[in-house]
Amino acid sequence: MSDFPFLTTLGVIPLVGAAVVSLLPKGSARLARPVALVFSLITLVVGIVAATQFKTGGGQPQFQLTETHSWIPQFGVSYALGVDGMALALILMSLVLVPISLLAAWNDVPEGGRREQTYFALLLVLETFMVGVFAATDVFLFYVFFEAMLIPVYFLIGLYGGPRRQYAAVKFLLFSLFGGLIMLVAVIALYQQGPGGDQGFLVSTLTGLNMSASTERLLFVGFFIAFAIKAPMWPVHTWLPDAASESKPAVAVLLVGVLDKVGTFGMIRFCLQLFPEASKWATPVVIILALISIVYAAIAAIGQNDMMRLIAYTSVSHFGFIVLGIFAVTQTSMIGSQLYMINHGFTTAALFLFAGFLIVRGKSKNITDYGGWQRITPVLGGVFLIAGLSGLALPGLNSFVSEFLVMIGTFQRYQVAGGIAVVGVVLAALYVLLMIKNVLTGPKPQLAAGPDGTLALGDDGTRPHTGVTDTLFDEPDTKIEDIPAEAKVRGSSIRDLDLREKTVAGVLVAILVVLGFFPKPALDLLRPAVSQTLQHVGVQDPSPHADANPEGSSK
Amino acid sequence: MTSPATFTQAHISYAAVVPMLVIFGAALVGVLVEAFLPRAQRYLVQLGVTLIGLVASFLTLVLIARNNRGVTAASAVVIDAPALMLQGTVLVLSFFAVLLMAERFDTKYPDAFTQSGASVPGSPTETNAVRLGATTTEVFPLTLFSVGGMMLFVASGDLLIMFIALEVLSLPLYILTGLARRRRLLSQEASLKYFLLGAFSSAFFLFGSALVYGATKTIQFGALADAVASTNGRDDILIPGVFLIAVGLLFKVGAVPFQSWTPDVYQGAPTPVTGFMATTVKVAAFGAMLRLFYVALDGLQWNWQPVLAVIAVLTMIVGSVFAVTQTDIKRLLAYSSISHAGFLLIGVVALNKTGLSGTMFYLVAYGFTTIAAFGIVALVRSSGSEATHLSQWAGLGRTSPVLAATFSFLMLGFAGIPLTSGFTAKFALFSSAVGHGATWLVVVAVLMSAVTAFVYVRIIVLMYFSEPTGDTQVVMPSPLTGIAVTAGALMTLVLGVAPAPLLNLAQHSALFMR
Repeated sequence: MSDFPFLTTLGVIPLVGAAVVSLLPKGSARLARPVALVFSLITLVVGIVAATQFKTGGGQPQFQLTETHSWIPQFGVSYALGVDGMALALILMSLVLVPISLLAAWNDVPEGGRREQTYFALLLVLETFMVGVFAATDVFLFYVFFEAMLIPVYFLIGLYGGPRRQYAAVKFLLFSLFGGLIMLVAVIALYQQGPGGDQGFLVSTLTGLNMSASTERLLFVGFFIAFAIKAPMWPVHTWLPDAASESKPAVAVLLVGVLDKVGTFGMIRFCLQLFPEASKWATPVVIILALISIVYAAIAAIGQNDMMRLIAYTSVSHFGFIVLGIFAVTQTSMIGSQLYMINHGFTTAALFLFAGFLIVRGKSKNITDYGGWQRITPVLGGVFLIAGLSGLALPGLNSFVSEFLVMIGTFQRYQVAGGIAVVGVVLAALYVLLMIKNVLTGPKPQLAAGPDGTLALGDDGTRPHTGVTDTLFDEPDTKIEDIPAEAKVRGSSIRDLDLREKTVAGVLVAILVVLGFFPKPALDLLRPAVSQTLQHVGVQDPSPHADANPEGSSK
Repeated sequence: MTSPATFTQAHISYAAVVPMLVIFGAALVGVLVEAFLPRAQRYLVQLGVTLIGLVASFLTLVLIARNNRGVTAASAVVIDAPALMLQGTVLVLSFFAVLLMAERFDTKYPDAFTQSGASVPGSPTETNAVRLGATTTEVFPLTLFSVGGMMLFVASGDLLIMFIALEVLSLPLYILTGLARRRRLLSQEASLKYFLLGAFSSAFFLFGSALVYGATKTIQFGALADAVASTNGRDDILIPGVFLIAVGLLFKVGAVPFQSWTPDVYQGAPTPVTGFMATTVKVAAFGAMLRLFYVALDGLQWNWQPVLAVIAVLTMIVGSVFAVTQTDIKRLLAYSSISHAGFLLIGVVALNKTGLSGTMFYLVAYGFTTIAAFGIVALVRSSGSEATHLSQWAGLGRTSPVLAATFSFLMLGFAGIPLTSGFTAKFALFSSAVGHGATWLVVVAVLMSAVTAFVYVRIIVLMYFSEPTGDTQVVMPSPLTGIAVTAGALMTLVLGVAPAPLLNLAQHSALFMR
């Protein structure tokens, strides 16, 4: 059983699903959604079975569930898959998020037909690439997935997105391609530094090479630029708010929640493991960039009126934390970062999808068009609040554990950086709570609903002015008589979450809570991978000095 | 060397050159067919002769010539591994290009060609020719002659044969360029431009050969290599000679600053001919360039490498940047071909085994993608003639999903996205450059790849993300075009997913004989 090619199977099932979905005959086009969901659930089950085959604990090789076949021997390229704890955790997270997103995307393409089939087929193709990119243990194969992944996302944004979808899709593609092509040079040059041969691109072959310091630094920079764009970090983050805001919420989940993790995953797997010396050399710059990301994106998030953009900026801020933890290189910060990658996936998914549910009902992405919605849709309001609290890392919810670990770990080595990062936590409370306040609290607006249970538009297709406040930062002194007259139209009420949406919300909230109270299984999975990375970098945790740590906060 | 007074009859290994003989033979048969067969039968017979000739030539190449390699005809022709690989490439690509040329749609004769190329467009002569039912089947023997020239070009062992082959391959192309059925003036203008500039470049080539002969007393590549290594004090005519020869070759591949003909000719020529030119001429010209620089002039690498590197950079930049501003699909593909020529020059500059195999692989990969792309361009029509303006391609994803999907895939192949042949090919080429230390060249190349990616993506955006406009329709092709486009697209995928066999072949073919 242990020789069964689990990882290939995980990649093939969604691909078969995509083929089936796209080849459904016209008459049974409505089957596209259930078929896609079934295939993604099968993949999840196989993924869980694969996870049971994975052995945690010491004494294991770096990668398990490995498969290695020669692919292009002339280039030294192998089809080599394998996972360590981090990769497996990320793959499982992706496998969970895909069915959730599919379910949330159920009505994304209302016109149905060929267009809907393509949409769900593209989502399944994306799942294949997500598994591949995390499972690849050959640098070339990783690069292939890394770049090929862009194409389905590009079409998902460009074909199914909002009004500025073309701009967002092209911007996304060009940023990613630019980073990827820079990385290509580094990939080629890395091979030339290595021993070459038929398996010259295997991560294990390329680990621990002897390179001159300048070569190693250049290669590091080549890889790091690509990952920084992907993650994304300030100042190359600008594509993310556009892409996330213009794409459908489900696509945004997979884009921000999963694909962007490739950036931070790559920093650990490639930057730290292959170029340990250069990583140390670059650490000061990277930490400063991470801090700027944390603070700048948090401040930018506070000023956003578009909910999707706001969530995108919170992600940039959170990615700052992840990168900070990675490059602080302590046992604690590292495991915190890896756990953060998982948690952030679920938190962002919850935020994007619940905001999406809200936007479907309210027909606007702007926060100022809302107010008092906890009284209209109490269940949606409740889960949105929980997702928001997870975003600001409330103790008891998942993000708290990881953010706390990153902070403590960073503080062990870089007190000042750790101190600045705390500012991000405070700002996080601001942007989340302001959004919650503006959207959910306040007097109940009397909104007219159409037959489908969403906000009824005016006769000319315009949206009635329904906001309680005009700007984000108004005092909450709005009284019921201040609400514009047209917003008081009485009619059937806007419906709350239906069963499908409740399923999505229930699963996500359960994950947020479980990972908040009982992160041990995830930590057990990640710990060996962390030790391995630290070994490659050759760094010891700083010993706690009494004077270096006057507050004694970490020990 | 024998003294000029005595004459020794050259021994020719017919087994080695039989593929070329087959092609020239088929071309001559084609001329006879054109002269003696009634008009009604010419199309089918010509197509048969041409395709059978190409297939037979390929078979003799694989079965006979491959086992009879060697330097023959008094060192004038060299049938070595790279020559065989390049000849095979030319033959295969020509086969598919001929399929495109033979496309009739629902008329009697190949659709893309005029019945009276020599007459003034719109003149009574032209009307008369059409009324009398003149045929357009002369394109087939012309193509075969050109193919024969290309096969000789990549196998030539001295400068004179190379020059003759250059002329043999070029002259039919000048004619073919002027034969477009629609937009005749544009076509004739393109033909004239191509001919004049081509004639100039040939003259440069010849003059350069004379200077090189003056400096080294030989025109044969093997002897030239020895002479270059041992001669000194003759650099004042040797180096200019080398660069003048290079001008002739760089013109053919459309490298900067000799690129200005490319967009005009690509636009004016009948689309199938453009597809033929864009692929096979590149294969032949790069083949000849590789032979010249790798075999004859590698002793002068310190002189030509930096110059070619600069030309490569300029070619990549001009091709990519100008492609951004194009509004005509054929001109856009022309600039894209210029930028690809720039990428290919990286392989020439590398001057190592991976550079040679990488260039040959790239030529095959690029050739298949290009053939399919031009095959598709010929299908998008507006009121009878080709709709080449980009705006006319808007919304094709909605109206003809299969065509748009195929074309998008080819564009991704051009852009070098992984899992397409374009990526594998670029990887092979760039590896060779990094291998010999020209990482800066690769950095420029990837930056320009990003620019060209923008160009190709813009077409995809146009087809998928814009509303259909105007009266653009897609004509249903016959199986001829269908086969060519399918083969091109399929090879773009196969060479991206499983490139190992062809890479293997290219690597085993990467050894020149002197």
